[in-house]
Amino acid sequence: MTLDADSQNGKAGWQLGRLLTGPFAVIGRAAISWIDNLGAAAIFLLLAFLKILRSKQLIKIVQQVYYIGARSTMIIMLVSFFTGMVLGLQSYHALVKFGAQGALGTLVALTLVRELGPVLTAIMIAARAGSAITAEIGIQRISEQIDALDTMRIDPLRYLISPRITASIISFPLLTALFDLVGIIGGYVSGVLLLGANASTYVYRVQTSMDLKDITDGLIKAIVFAVIVSTVCCYQGYFTHLRKDSHGAKAVGLSTTSAVVISCVLILVSDYVVTSLLI
Amino acid sequence: MESPLIEFKEVTKRFGARSVLERVNLQIYEGQVTTIIGLSGSGKSVLLKHIIGLIKPDEGTILFKGKPLNEMKKSERAANFAQISYMFQDNALFDSMTVSENIALPLREATNLSKAEIDSRVMARIAQTELEDAARNYPSELSGGMQKRAALARALVTDPRIVLFDEPTSGQDPVRKNAILGMIAQYQRKFGFTAILVSHEIPDVYFISNRILALYDRSIVFQGSPEELENFDHPFKNEVIRSLEGLQNELTGLYSKRQFKMMHHVQLTQTTRGATYCVAVFSLDDLDIIRTSTGYDEAQVALRSLAVYIDKHFGAIGGFSTRRRSNEFVTVLPYSDLTEAESILKDFVKDFQKRGIHEVWAGARQQTTLPGCVEFTVLAGIAQGQPVADIDSVIDAAIAQQQEIARLRCDVRR
Repeated sequence: MTLDADSQNGKAGWQLGRLLTGPFAVIGRAAISWIDNLGAAAIFLLLAFLKILRSKQLIKIVQQVYYIGARSTMIIMLVSFFTGMVLGLQSYHALVKFGAQGALGTLVALTLVRELGPVLTAIMIAARAGSAITAEIGIQRISEQIDALDTMRIDPLRYLISPRITASIISFPLLTALFDLVGIIGGYVSGVLLLGANASTYVYRVQTSMDLKDITDGLIKAIVFAVIVSTVCCYQGYFTHLRKDSHGAKAVGLSTTSAVVISCVLILVSDYVVTSLLI
Repeated sequence: MESPLIEFKEVTKRFGARSVLERVNLQIYEGQVTTIIGLSGSGKSVLLKHIIGLIKPDEGTILFKGKPLNEMKKSERAANFAQISYMFQDNALFDSMTVSENIALPLREATNLSKAEIDSRVMARIAQTELEDAARNYPSELSGGMQKRAALARALVTDPRIVLFDEPTSGQDPVRKNAILGMIAQYQRKFGFTAILVSHEIPDVYFISNRILALYDRSIVFQGSPEELENFDHPFKNEVIRSLEGLQNELTGLYSKRQFKMMHHVQLTQTTRGATYCVAVFSLDDLDIIRTSTGYDEAQVALRSLAVYIDKHFGAIGGFSTRRRSNEFVTVLPYSDLTEAESILKDFVKDFQKRGIHEVWAGARQQTTLPGCVEFTVLAGIAQGQPVADIDSVIDAAIAQQQEIARLRCDVRR
């Protein structure tokens, strides 16, 4: 009887303990899974990096630069132009209150070159090319095309991943520079042509307010974002078949969504980290 | 005894809590066509993927030429895998590449051959697999059969020593199924590679296989020749083979071997004491020449036309037939002695020479637009059997008596 009561008490205690520790266990499992994925992605990136300089890579890299970079040009120009225009519009009205509309060029140029250029370019490429990379590699995975590469003695990391990461590292800074340039023109259109700010002052301020460090910091950020976006998108596609929440075409869809969301979050998080290191 | 090229020793594979392979032991010999048969979802593809290293066993050892794969250096293992090609069940062709680009891929990426050499090899394989018109098309623009041939061409373009075929005929019609199997058999003879097939196309795979491995309940329960499988007494035979084999051969419409033997048995039990029966064996000679000259599909249609002709003629007088080998048909003429059977065969030969052989050729010609002329012969032999005699020995006697009964000559056809 006593033993039975002890057993009952023990069981109730165990259940209570489980109830209390349950949320921590869930958080712990999620954290372990996250760290596990982070480690796997780091190894994935390292292996892909090591294969960049292998033979027969140049053509594939050029093809990917065209696909990731050249084909993103129009959308980058469109977004940057209107970003510059909005920046010019908002800044002009704010600066006029202090009689400081002459600083419009400085504000637009520095905002674009230091922050908005790299961040928005990376987010736009993640949405346009990154999602396509994940979907393409994911479909290749579920249709056994990646297994087929293995059986043909073609290293999938060398063949599929390295050219995309390299092409991203080449394309992101170039597109960021384009974004900055077109954005400054957009600011000129709204601030000078539409609102009547002084054109010479705008151009002069743009020229004098920026130094080389502003530009290189922006381009360093673009390279960091390139590595993040390309690794996340390739990794999500490459391991689509290991998803526990779905299979097949649905898994490809979810991997694509995850790739874009994770890329965007990591762009913003890493932006803060890189800025704090560079500033 | 010959040592195996590939050997599994006590190989076990689990996915989570589910065990797919349990203490599997098997041997695969060099230069043979080995077919792994079993029901869908029984783990055949998983077994095949172990051979090429796409999946690693949880327990047990896989030996390559007597040496465990897990004890080999990475370079040695890679060199062994380099001798293997794999044809995937769903082809795994790159859908953003044309057929010729797909076939060239392993040469372009994994070898240092010149562009001219690669082009020459690719064009040769394209011609051999009759894909000339589809070379610039994308896989999605091709029929299922053409996609299979493209995958086959890609698997063979590196001149592998071992080729693994994962369900090479799945989703194909009977003519195409037999054409693909015929193509595998012919290439295997021509290039001498070791072929390992996974299939549940029974009995069609028997015609091309040297050895059969039966996967049942997560283990290999039989290893041996197709003939030895006939005498294998195991639940596998009832549950798997009989369910897959059916009553009729899909290609020819003739009775399956099992149904044929059953009918023969029934006929024997109904026969009065001392009565005899006769067996006629027909062969379409030069099948490889027809395949090479007109195509694999056309050769299968010619075979089917011959089978239909035999069945129509002998079925009308109470005979029943089956396909024994890829180009060989056996007909039993019950309640007849040798004299009567010879007379029946004589009538058949007369009719076949006049019309039959031209119908066989016409069937094949309908499938192709290629010009040209193929001479081929049909052989027949006849033997008498007693109810006590084993039918296989009677068939062997009929084969020994085979002689040419008809020949298609190009000048006659013209």
